[in-house]
Amino acid sequence: MTTGNRIIKLKVKRQECPQAKPRWEEFHMPYRPYMNIVICLREIQKDPRTSDGKLTTPVVWECGCLEEVCGVCTMLVNGKVRQACSALVDELGDEITLEPMTKFPIVRDLVVDRSRLFASLKRVRAWIPFNSAKDIGPGPHITPQQQQKDYVLSTCFSCGSCLEACPQVNERSNFIGAMPVNQARLFNDHPLGKPDAVKRLRALVEDGGIEDCGNAQNCVRSCPKHIPLVDSLAEMNRQITRSLFRLFHD
Amino acid sequence: MAKNKILVIGGGLGGLMTTIKLAEAGFSVDLFSLVPCKRSHSVCAQGGINASVNTKGEGDSPQIHFEETILGGDFLANQPMVLEMCQNAPGFVYMLDRMGVQFNRTPEGLIDFRRFGGTQFHRTAFAGSTTGQQMLYALDEQVRRYEVEGLVTRFEGWEFLSAVIDARGVARGIVAQNLTSSEIRAFRGDAAVMATGGCGMIFGRSTMSAISTGAAAASLFRQGVWYANGEFIQVHPTAVAGEDKNRLISEAVRGEGGRLWTYKDGQRWYFLEEWYPKYKNLVPRDIASRAIFKAVRELGLGVDGKDVVYLDISHVDRKTLQEKLGGILEIYEKFMNEDPSKVPMRVFPSVHYSMGGLYIDSRQMTNIPGILAAGECEYQYHGANRLGANSLLSCLQGGFSAACSAGQYVQGLDRTAADVNASIFDDRVKAETSRRSEILKMNGKENLYQLWQELGDVMTAHVTVVRYNKDLAAADVKIQDIARRAKDINVGDLSTWTNQSAVFARQFFHMIDIARVITLGALARNESRGGHYKPEFPDRDDANWLKTTVAKYTPNGPEFSYEAVDTSLLKPRERKY
Repeated sequence: MTTGNRIIKLKVKRQECPQAKPRWEEFHMPYRPYMNIVICLREIQKDPRTSDGKLTTPVVWECGCLEEVCGVCTMLVNGKVRQACSALVDELGDEITLEPMTKFPIVRDLVVDRSRLFASLKRVRAWIPFNSAKDIGPGPHITPQQQQKDYVLSTCFSCGSCLEACPQVNERSNFIGAMPVNQARLFNDHPLGKPDAVKRLRALVEDGGIEDCGNAQNCVRSCPKHIPLVDSLAEMNRQITRSLFRLFHD
Repeated sequence: MAKNKILVIGGGLGGLMTTIKLAEAGFSVDLFSLVPCKRSHSVCAQGGINASVNTKGEGDSPQIHFEETILGGDFLANQPMVLEMCQNAPGFVYMLDRMGVQFNRTPEGLIDFRRFGGTQFHRTAFAGSTTGQQMLYALDEQVRRYEVEGLVTRFEGWEFLSAVIDARGVARGIVAQNLTSSEIRAFRGDAAVMATGGCGMIFGRSTMSAISTGAAAASLFRQGVWYANGEFIQVHPTAVAGEDKNRLISEAVRGEGGRLWTYKDGQRWYFLEEWYPKYKNLVPRDIASRAIFKAVRELGLGVDGKDVVYLDISHVDRKTLQEKLGGILEIYEKFMNEDPSKVPMRVFPSVHYSMGGLYIDSRQMTNIPGILAAGECEYQYHGANRLGANSLLSCLQGGFSAACSAGQYVQGLDRTAADVNASIFDDRVKAETSRRSEILKMNGKENLYQLWQELGDVMTAHVTVVRYNKDLAAADVKIQDIARRAKDINVGDLSTWTNQSAVFARQFFHMIDIARVITLGALARNESRGGHYKPEFPDRDDANWLKTTVAKYTPNGPEFSYEAVDTSLLKPRERKY
């Protein structure tokens, strides 16, 4: 493959710390086949110099697995939320902008604090009320059909894309977003998760819960794992309606 | 009983299993992880977890699992611990089942099992092709439950720096750093269980995550913890080479019928099937990787003359592929822009796993009392080569065993860490703080990331599948040169807020120590065994080398001694497939 003199121009939104003012820096680098955003950012580390030759600090960003299963390198690439590792230059064009996600507190450059995602998993009790790690035999039989359905729900890697894309997640709202709602569905669907089903529904009707969903359906379109998030929202709404009496009178 | 605090370092499978078991026993746990636990490297495990449940009535048993694991490891593993692991395996899979792991199912609703390398039984339970991710999530969820109950405190985004060891040589806690605020702080603990994973970053590009530097284990090595069998590095036969990382294509692809081939005389040549008619494409990984090297490097038969062979699954029906291998094939398609259900995948071997690691005894305790280890960061369970789908298992076994052992250990202590004089903690914090300031001051001529690439290149070229003494010696000279130049780096970032360069500089210095342990250990071992292959010494040499390598830190480089292997349960025999 010929690469010619193709130059990739990377514009990165930078911010030293939460109190600092954001600024833009541009970096140029020669194109190579199969280049992704991680390769571009590592290129900057090896010679942290802007396109006008000014020495700067290496761009701060997080990456982990580099194969789209850990979720850590999520950012805005050309304005769209996605993972940097699977964002290939070939499909992005030669001028690329990188920005941190906007719905989470900024830490530095492209790093944001997504701890609210894990807090929301506590809120919806996203676990099986498991008894003991002792050797006490298998769980219940589960049909292949149910496994296939639930496996997809459980591939959520907490990247936060669905919150980033959601118009209802903003400074004036407490909406928890589609991610924990989908987790509540997953555990309500598992035979061993059912004992806590009503508690999960109750968590979803509290402040910032499922009622704040505006049905924009951006979540499902932004999900890199193609999890049917709108179905999950609808299913949990249905379960809440069906359990209304128990939710408020138990 | 005084309330004992136990520290667990590492939020992957090994660390989470340890934490759950300790919390279940009522201990209070501080859990440290570089990243939110759900983002640990365990997410990358694809194929599955071995357990001889014998669902398919093939006559499989834990005893056979044990024997095949020992044979797969070329008899270098201490056998009683491996037997215990294989006996516990069905119980672990059932435990995961009760935690809600989405294992694939048989039509009647039982856990399904598939084939993997080094065995002819269907022994591997799997959740699509993201089994590690699914297991990690299930354990993380249980830890979150304990967190809500107040038994576990998570310190995510904290890096282990060193252990706090008292005058009697007993560990009393650790010093860790917050990677955002840069705060360096001591944590008291009656025991510390290390579950800090592998060290693939030493090789530059591997199938490992960017966080798998091995720095925590290396830091302990400097503090006097021994490091065993470092020279045994697993090179996985099938990965997609990339400039940023080599992406794993699981052995499960071959377990589900995938075939390796390249062209010979214009025809498709299924070289593994020709060379190993009994196990075909499912020989253990070291053997498959050497076969690919033979076809490509020796016979010059790589696809298009490159370092590539084909891994073909396109003959398997689409529904099976989607249900059992979906995640892997999606990764391939995303990064290579080709659909593996239609065209063969282009793969080549890549560094994947470290069989070696921190030296531990049969109770997971290192040579420093109070420091235990579990998971990939320790050396037990796999010998000279790990069988596929045994790593997830060894994480659970190690974590389970370390938790039991740590519990007994702390209850036998005559005083708790809370009673220890503050000065040893303060001194350690001071030492780490000044080390940090030294790094921030570095403004020399070398670029840290360039040096890292050089280290990876030399390790990959000379310390992987085929090893020659001349090259290993030259590699060590090069590593020492890199170590010298590393003293002259420019960190290039003075910030005390989320300074990744300063963090990586410290990790890099540690990586260099372990690179030498791996290289010099390989240089010394004049035989071929499992993943360690020297054409100059092509045979296994039990008379001289049926021994565990034990490396000890000295300022002039690692010092090696050797220890007998416990082969009391299965007599070593020739390893043939």
